[in-house]
Amino acid sequence: MAFELDKDKALSTLSLMLRIRLFEEKIEEMFSYHVMHGTTHLAIGQEAVHAGVSPALDPMDWIVTTHRCHGHTLAKGSSIEEMFAEFLGYSNGLAYGLGGSMHLIDVDRHNAGSSAVVGSGVPIATGMALQLKRSGSKQLAVAFFGDGASSRGAIHESMNIASVMRLPVLFLCEHNMYGMSACARDMVSTDSIAHRGASYGIESRMVDGNDVEAVFESVTHAADYIREHGKPYLLETRTYRFSGHSKNDKKLYRTHEEEQQWLQRDPIALFEQRLIERKQMSVIQMESLRQSIKDEMDTTVEQLMNNPQELTIEEAAGFTYASKEDSAR
Amino acid sequence: MKKLSCREAIREALAEEMLRDDNVVLIGEDLGCYGGCFQVTAGLFETFGPKQIIETPVSEEAIVGVSIGAAMMGMRPVVEIMYGDFSTLAADPLINHAAKMRFLSAGKLSVPLVYRTPMGSGTGAAAQHTQSLESMFTNIPGLKILYPSMPADLKGLMKSAIRDQDPVLFFEHKLYGVEEMIPEEDYLIPIGKADIKQKGNDVSIITYGKTVFTALEAARLLEDDDISAEVVDLRTLRPLDKDAIIASVVKTGRAVVVHEAPLFGGFSGEIVATIAEHPEAFRALKAPVARVCGLDMPTPFNKHLELELPPSHTRIIDAVLTLFRS
Repeated sequence: MAFELDKDKALSTLSLMLRIRLFEEKIEEMFSYHVMHGTTHLAIGQEAVHAGVSPALDPMDWIVTTHRCHGHTLAKGSSIEEMFAEFLGYSNGLAYGLGGSMHLIDVDRHNAGSSAVVGSGVPIATGMALQLKRSGSKQLAVAFFGDGASSRGAIHESMNIASVMRLPVLFLCEHNMYGMSACARDMVSTDSIAHRGASYGIESRMVDGNDVEAVFESVTHAADYIREHGKPYLLETRTYRFSGHSKNDKKLYRTHEEEQQWLQRDPIALFEQRLIERKQMSVIQMESLRQSIKDEMDTTVEQLMNNPQELTIEEAAGFTYASKEDSAR
Repeated sequence: MKKLSCREAIREALAEEMLRDDNVVLIGEDLGCYGGCFQVTAGLFETFGPKQIIETPVSEEAIVGVSIGAAMMGMRPVVEIMYGDFSTLAADPLINHAAKMRFLSAGKLSVPLVYRTPMGSGTGAAAQHTQSLESMFTNIPGLKILYPSMPADLKGLMKSAIRDQDPVLFFEHKLYGVEEMIPEEDYLIPIGKADIKQKGNDVSIITYGKTVFTALEAARLLEDDDISAEVVDLRTLRPLDKDAIIASVVKTGRAVVVHEAPLFGGFSGEIVATIAEHPEAFRALKAPVARVCGLDMPTPFNKHLELELPPSHTRIIDAVLTLFRS
């Protein structure tokens, strides 16, 4: 029988998926009103991966994310207030407005931030795993990367190193079919990136990335394996990016039919359907949950924008090097 | 005092710091029983073992990326990259990640990493193993960049680099056998301080790394022409000790800037600008500032041709004498 989350966990998982979806829709709306500076990379459609990874791990486990990091950051428990503030470039943001959309970080919640150079976060997560192991910790580090980044040499080097050094790292491939516009069909030499695990002596699995319970179960299995054997694991989650690469993407590289097919497998709708079938939640409850999250997003953004706070350039420059006080530590 | 070679001085600094703090870890290729490409870490594996000396596959980019991740978690990695030329492979982790981690985490994460690598010609290793690539990195805020010359400086600065909270690039010249008397007791040399290797009154020869030796030889020979040359060893390129440069030039009124890297776009331009932008130093100049640098070409393999590439004491002397004629 397929793995099922218990009722409480199922409700918190659906709530998280909706928070991720509605957060990104709010971001999209703010960009469309030209409220926001710069760009953003949405992952609408990939919520089952976001909600299925960190919640299946120990909160003390570390993650290193990518430029498409909003969902993972929410899944680690960051406050939407600090996240929206970061998008707005405010000093009450997660990184005081120094990083923006591509660089959400929350060290207190063991989110070591993202590399926006695709694939470059993978060796960093591998190194975090090295020091975790050296210091006798049971925690692991998750290295997120996409199908586009899977072609980077740094990832192959890291998998080889993690294997020979037996490091507690979970290589988490979020395969959403597209780099910016380039389709994995044309760019990735194998049907499944998980198959590459074997060439590094790394256990691996491919899972339906639109099925949050399947992701949750696979991550639980992978984490148990890593902690028990002290070896890395490669998990490929197959999903689909409903959004374009970034704002202003006309999505000319794919067909309407393909998009419609995937929309039939919207991870939130799939999970909601299951909860209804299991009588764990009613449609009315879901609507009310969705509305309350949406209200929370709207109120938070409104309050933030009524009180914009920014660092001075001198304060920002102060984070280039350690201060004298840092050095004395 | 005791006599140590450059190689032994670096090794002693590494050993003392590893003994002081077991989070100081050497990471790199062939570091174990082989002792590293230039034998700098020879014998350390026997003392410190695999917990503090981590041999890696040939994966420069990931070695540095892994070291950054480990440093964020409390390790104090000292990465060895066999040849400075391979810094091209390590450029993404160093420039886009190590140098940005404190900034992008608004001060919550540090990368106390030391990146050691030897640079320069004179070894017959041809165009891909002899470059001086320091100016690839000197324009990157967030990095500290050292390029010392003498054993005592190598030891004291390596220890400071290891204890520093920021990523430090520690470039070494390949005259690993050059010896000097150094203090017996524990000492540190602060990052960001130049050192006057020879006092003089008539001209400042400002340099770093291997060409400190060339400059000292030129200064010795210039005495025959009754020219008293001051040799300023920068030791640190970033943060640059501008005060030491200005003070020397204000005193002598003449400056020759020397390095092995090619002239065009080289770090010497920053030193010349430092002098030109300073009203007192600019007014003190009795002649234009001169530069003596590596030739603007890849390193040839042929021994005689290779020797013509870096600044020689003859070229430095010629440049100095020209300043006195103008």
